[in-house]
Amino acid sequence: MPLVKNGQIAADDFVAVADDAELPAAGPVLISATRLLADPERLVARNSPLGVVWPNNRDVAELKPWLDRLALIALVFPTYKDGRAHSQARRLREVYGYRGELRATGQVLRDQFTFLVRNGFDALDVKKEADAHAFREATHRYTEFYQPTGDGHRSALQLRRQRHLTSAS
Amino acid sequence: MYAYDEIDRAIVHERVDEFRDQVRRRLNGELTEDEFKPLRLMNGVYLQLHAYMFRVAIPYGTLSSEQLRKLAHVARTYDRGYGHFTTRQNIQFNWIALADLPDALAELAEVGIHAMQTSGNCTRNVTADQWAGVAPGEIEDPRVWAEILRQHTALHPEFSFLPRKFKFAITASDHDRAAIKIHDIGLKLVRNDAGETGFEVLVGGGLGRSPFIGRTIKSFVKGHDILSYIEAILRVYNQYGRRDNIYKARIKILVHELGIEKFAAEVEQAWSEIADGPLTLDDEMIEDIRSRFIYPAYEKLPAEPDELRAAAGDARFEAWRGNSVAPHRQDGYAIVTLSLKPAGGPPGDATAEQMDAVADLADKYSFGEIRVGHEQNLVLPHVAKRDLPALWAALDKLGLATPNVGLVSDIIACPGLDYCSLANARSIPIAQELSRRFANPETAALIGRLHINISGCINACGHHHVGHIGILGVEKNGEEFYQITIGGRADEGAELGVLIGPAVPYGEVADVIEDIVEAYLSLRQRPDELFVDAVKRLGVEPFKERVYATR
Repeated sequence: MPLVKNGQIAADDFVAVADDAELPAAGPVLISATRLLADPERLVARNSPLGVVWPNNRDVAELKPWLDRLALIALVFPTYKDGRAHSQARRLREVYGYRGELRATGQVLRDQFTFLVRNGFDALDVKKEADAHAFREATHRYTEFYQPTGDGHRSALQLRRQRHLTSAS
Repeated sequence: MYAYDEIDRAIVHERVDEFRDQVRRRLNGELTEDEFKPLRLMNGVYLQLHAYMFRVAIPYGTLSSEQLRKLAHVARTYDRGYGHFTTRQNIQFNWIALADLPDALAELAEVGIHAMQTSGNCTRNVTADQWAGVAPGEIEDPRVWAEILRQHTALHPEFSFLPRKFKFAITASDHDRAAIKIHDIGLKLVRNDAGETGFEVLVGGGLGRSPFIGRTIKSFVKGHDILSYIEAILRVYNQYGRRDNIYKARIKILVHELGIEKFAAEVEQAWSEIADGPLTLDDEMIEDIRSRFIYPAYEKLPAEPDELRAAAGDARFEAWRGNSVAPHRQDGYAIVTLSLKPAGGPPGDATAEQMDAVADLADKYSFGEIRVGHEQNLVLPHVAKRDLPALWAALDKLGLATPNVGLVSDIIACPGLDYCSLANARSIPIAQELSRRFANPETAALIGRLHINISGCINACGHHHVGHIGILGVEKNGEEFYQITIGGRADEGAELGVLIGPAVPYGEVADVIEDIVEAYLSLRQRPDELFVDAVKRLGVEPFKERVYATR
């Protein structure tokens, strides 16, 4: 499963560590939410990048105290029809101001890419090789967007407001 | 009518290109049917019993004559020469080939029509009062807000994979013609004591297996805040709506399980995170949308023109005028409903020839504008009263002047087992038989307002729960049976109908309905006591007795 990070196929630096396995002395690790919350202070103080896999049925507000010390949050799409992680992503980015890597995992398919990027994901654990190569095409299909999100695009209403003010002045 | 700007046009064309690519990948095997299914559904493509069915959105029920001609063209070119208008201001084509769909969509996009989110577990076509902007006594034209909602919910990045489908309806009148109380979110435009325009927001209405009437979640949300408030409702639903059981996944179940107070508190919490953010509308934004609605240049015309007085001697014209013509907010004009319920016809169907002819009549008599209502009829919204006799003559020739609007043969029905793979029983032949039995206009007029709604299965596309008489097809030992409810209504006093007794077989349905209507005629206190009011006063017992005494 290729990882697409900031638009490029990239190596995954993070090592997933099972709850009962010992953490390596150094290097980026990815741990479960249960493990993180059992001993968060010690884990975020570790001297290497820390990532957490956050389940889609748990409130992301619980992560608030640790957000500036997490390097990666991996959200989960058990199937792509289960869209809960879309809301989690927007809250993490737009409401709580999380700036680390936000990764989509699970059934991540090409036809979701635009939505995922708009919602703040900057890394996609893509299910199919061909989809990963189609990333650019899939995320450049649309040139206009109705909704304002945290992705930097101005929404249709914002553009029209500008147009309205320009024509009035 | 709302005229697309370059942003709207870009999005609709880009959506067609995306869908064309998805169909290509399905046809060459890159996508499995499982992967493709949600993608095609989000563009209104179902797999039915015999073929693909294609559902096209008619947002808030407004069409231009050019758009209606294009729908006729699609019916003729890609389908079998007709279309079916649904209860949610969509049109369905029943025989379209998958490989042709991208071309049909591209043609529709040329006139600003799309099929975005007419199906699937996402926010669906936004519907409104079909008389919006022309009915007397509205707060303001709700279509401006419906268009803002249409845009906001189109290709929404966060809410395209909800637990289940999600429907909005909006009205600006005290008399609710948009059935807002049976929608996931119902919006009623209101004005507060300070004179500000806003919305009463209802949530959790819906029919199907577990019917609920919507509850008011907030009695006043300012217009400027409506998008952020709705975003909060959808965010709570997306996170907490049930995904373990398709029959418990609608927002109505979440609202019911949490209770409206707890649900409202969750929404307030979610809203507090995003209120006053980029979703807040300002006057320039609203004004930009409003300015793209084109309104007719009405003339100053007499309320009682000579042409009407001259035609008053024609009993057939007068019967039609009394039934199908409603008051307009502008003096000298009228709202005309075109019945798509001829005796013996399938409710809501129109041929390509009829659509073309209606488009021509709209150009001639209604400033090029047509509306589609949830009762599956068409409307010409701006007809000068002096033109009514000429319009009637033209409609009569087309078979579109049946004077049965709102009467017993103006039946709402889903496609049922004739087309639908979900159905347990047929709907259309039941409707056809009933419309033949009550074909006499004098009898129908004597009975008065009476809505019959027929669904071929518990999914309730024919809204049987809220029919004055509801007919629900069920299957018993491989045979079609029908449960009958009475006393339902879909308007501002929305109520669910009550079952009158055991289901009856296919062959007896029309007789049972005739018995119920006869019981009503003998039981009503006055000729103007409506069926649904008589049921309210008497309960189901006397009707039940009449139906089952001899069965």
